[in-house]
Amino acid sequence: MLSRGPSNTTFLKQTWIQRNLHLDETLLGPLLILALAGLAVLYSAFDQNIDAINRQIIRLGIAFGVMLVLAQIPPTTLRRWAPWLFAVSVATLVAVLFIGVEGKGAKRWLDFGVFRFQPSEVMKIALPMMVAWYLSRYPLPPNWKQIAISLFIVLVPTALIIRQPDLGTSLLVAASGLFVLYLAGLRLRYMIGAAIAIVGSAPLLWYFGMHDYQRQRVLTFLNPERDPLGAGYHIIQSKIALGSGGTYGKGWLNGTQSHLEFLPERHTDFVFAVLGEEFGLFGVILLLLLYAFIIGRGLFIAVNAQDSFSRLLAGSLSLTFFVYIFVNAGMVSGLLPVVGLPLPLISYGGTSMVTLMAAFGILMSIHTHRRMWSS
Amino acid sequence: MAPRAQQEESQSVVLWRPTLLLVFFVALAGVLLWRALSLQILDREFLQNQGDARHLRVVEMPAHRGAVTDRYGDPLALSSPVDSVWAHPGYLLESGADLTALASLLGLNERTMRRRLEARSEREFVYLRRHLSPDRAAQVMELGLPGVALQREYRRFYPAGEVTAHVLGFTNIDDRGQEGLELSFDEWLRGEPGAKRVLRDRLGRRVRDVESLREPRPGNTLALSIDRRLQYLAYRELKAAVREHGARGGSLVLLDVKTGEVLAMVNQPSFNPNNRTNAQPAHMRNRAVTDAFEPGSTVKPLLIAAALESGQLRPDSVINTSPGVMRVGGHTVRDFRDYGTIDLSTLLNRSSTVGAAKVGLELEDDVFWELLVRFGFGMTTGTGFPGESAGSLPIVPPRSAIERATLSYGYGLSVTPLQLAQSYATLAADGVQRPISFLKLEEAPDGEQVLDANVAQLLREMMEGVAGSQGTGRRAGVSGYRIAGKTGTAKKSIAGGYADDLYVATFAGLAPASRPRLAMAVVIDEPSAGAYYGGQVAAPVFASVMTGALRLLNVPPDDLPALDAHMASRGGAG
Repeated sequence: MLSRGPSNTTFLKQTWIQRNLHLDETLLGPLLILALAGLAVLYSAFDQNIDAINRQIIRLGIAFGVMLVLAQIPPTTLRRWAPWLFAVSVATLVAVLFIGVEGKGAKRWLDFGVFRFQPSEVMKIALPMMVAWYLSRYPLPPNWKQIAISLFIVLVPTALIIRQPDLGTSLLVAASGLFVLYLAGLRLRYMIGAAIAIVGSAPLLWYFGMHDYQRQRVLTFLNPERDPLGAGYHIIQSKIALGSGGTYGKGWLNGTQSHLEFLPERHTDFVFAVLGEEFGLFGVILLLLLYAFIIGRGLFIAVNAQDSFSRLLAGSLSLTFFVYIFVNAGMVSGLLPVVGLPLPLISYGGTSMVTLMAAFGILMSIHTHRRMWSS
Repeated sequence: MAPRAQQEESQSVVLWRPTLLLVFFVALAGVLLWRALSLQILDREFLQNQGDARHLRVVEMPAHRGAVTDRYGDPLALSSPVDSVWAHPGYLLESGADLTALASLLGLNERTMRRRLEARSEREFVYLRRHLSPDRAAQVMELGLPGVALQREYRRFYPAGEVTAHVLGFTNIDDRGQEGLELSFDEWLRGEPGAKRVLRDRLGRRVRDVESLREPRPGNTLALSIDRRLQYLAYRELKAAVREHGARGGSLVLLDVKTGEVLAMVNQPSFNPNNRTNAQPAHMRNRAVTDAFEPGSTVKPLLIAAALESGQLRPDSVINTSPGVMRVGGHTVRDFRDYGTIDLSTLLNRSSTVGAAKVGLELEDDVFWELLVRFGFGMTTGTGFPGESAGSLPIVPPRSAIERATLSYGYGLSVTPLQLAQSYATLAADGVQRPISFLKLEEAPDGEQVLDANVAQLLREMMEGVAGSQGTGRRAGVSGYRIAGKTGTAKKSIAGGYADDLYVATFAGLAPASRPRLAMAVVIDEPSAGAYYGGQVAAPVFASVMTGALRLLNVPPDDLPALDAHMASRGGAG
């Protein structure tokens, strides 16, 4: 099925770390650099509060631990678990609707006493696994029926997450599922049709599918100055922060927008603006290059994966990572409307980071559990 | 689908699918990069300015207002730093903070304060309380309420309080002169506020100073001619007299004859300039310069001076005042009693109104009116004191008999206590009139000879009798010194004529008569406790203030024989 050609018979060249720890150094290196850079930016965003940095270090430790654990689990096992994981995730999402904990006007969490659990985060991994599992059972590319069923699988969790409401996460979850479908071999004409359908349904979505605050966000995105003290405040302040950074930035710990508390959410969703203000275009390009390298490595892993489940999953996870970054950076720089998405590995907060590192763990597992090819 | 076709499809997947994806993502990454480039390079200046506009503010640094001192450098008005508390109502209310502690520290009612803030919630700056002591302000800031900040200001303090209240005037809450010398010398005292650029955070709190744009230039110190000791003395005596005689008010002006400096200027009623909340506007007037009254008999020496200077009377001229009553144009002019034929000195000592009227009617060529003009009546003294009255003098010499007669004994014109004091200072300075100065002078300014020096000297000798044992002003006497002066008891004009029972009691004089140093005018308005003659009400004030002043200024006595006799008689009795 795979067309690796003449290289099929060669031995896999694997390092000691890849063989024994199932970690991919090429991926791990940039991830660590990002995590360290993130700590530096946060130190500034938190006005040099070392306690917050210590908490973030603990979260990073947990996240890298999760990555390490998942890297040990072979893709075949993950594939077996996929439907069960998906079923549990959907069940908890439904549970959130009824017994979820409210916070900031949204029901997103289940409270287990000791810790709070956010089912939508797990879905970021569970959904692509499920779609990849489903499609890889049949020969690729999928036929009409399989596409329809896949779309249904994507729709259920997406709808549940929109209900919470959590636009940003639902966007990512839907994207992760659709990427699998795309990679599985969706015909070009279907995609064009889908694009037309999305554009066509936009007015319907506007009038029936969106909450008032979501409509406000879109309007404000189109013209931030219509409400400079309210909804447009975030965008205006973050654009000022980015722009005033200039080529080389104002220097670490010297950003005025962030330190004078003009920039909202500067530890979390808008941390990109802090980086832009203090390190300038130079810092922004460096950061984007790091991300690009990570995505490239992810796609390389996907291309070299040995079965279609692994390849679809690895490809989807890498592409979702791209969406993550693009949406966050786009929102902070005023290209996209404000949806609540953190900047991967930089933003303060634990939940999304654990999910992200779990995804990288899966990528590493896929790459390091390849077998020698016997012809 | 046939297996073969499927295989081909699969092959093509590998080819175009990643390529499309790559193109798509490179395009998106390009958009991101372009965005960063346009924000951080192309729009940089605009966005930087936008940022600066949000957190850089130019704030004024208040300048220290100059102090006002008396002639020896003792402070009469001082500015001391205080803090004003202001709030950004939106931030403060939004925070939902408990305002009880804040209100109690500021001495305000919590509900009133909250309502005030709510009513102004659209504004960015509302004073909560101005002029708080720095200690208290620090306590306020310790509450750490969002949107509450301080502003440094200066508050004016007047150590001498009501004693100097009228001369100094006062400043408003913004430390600008509103009255008195604080107003007329505002520019000199005010200084120039500085400016600096500061970094402010979202809540308006000052984070740090960025640069100083202009240093504040403190105001200049103003050294007044006032002698604080004499001012206190004058105030005490005047206040006591006003109280004792149930008077409506009073003024006292003490001038340095040689320089024209005001050594003391006090009024009753007064007010506390440090706390004006209950002060009535009527009490804030510096009556010594703002209020004009009909001087009555105190102008009689000037009448005699005009007569002597023009040669129409001689020093030894006599006037027949019998029978002590005369009719002028249908009006009756009356003396206290029939003085008979008297010389000019006696005319002054007894204050013969009939005598004055006769002299006034007989004088030719309007010499008296001209002398009054030369002395500056009907014009301000030129001090620039806010609200200074010019008094009034007929703009043309009076023609009718009754007008000429009444002018000669001090009706039909009005003068301020300052003008009256100045005219006596002129007599004291051998006819040289010097400009009035509220500021300390290093040397005597040039004066203008408005009266023949010999006449002035003659007048002083004549006026010495006023304080003599036969004079109307015998209570003005100062032991050890010869004094010259004149009493005045003028009926107050009211609607429809002159009141029968309302008087202005005056005494104007100078000392020592041989070599004059000081000139003083005492005016008591509407004494109501029985006594109302200038000699009864005003002369004692003159005596006690002049006694103290001569002694404090170490003026050598010029009446030693009398003093010796006095001491001897006391010694003999004891």
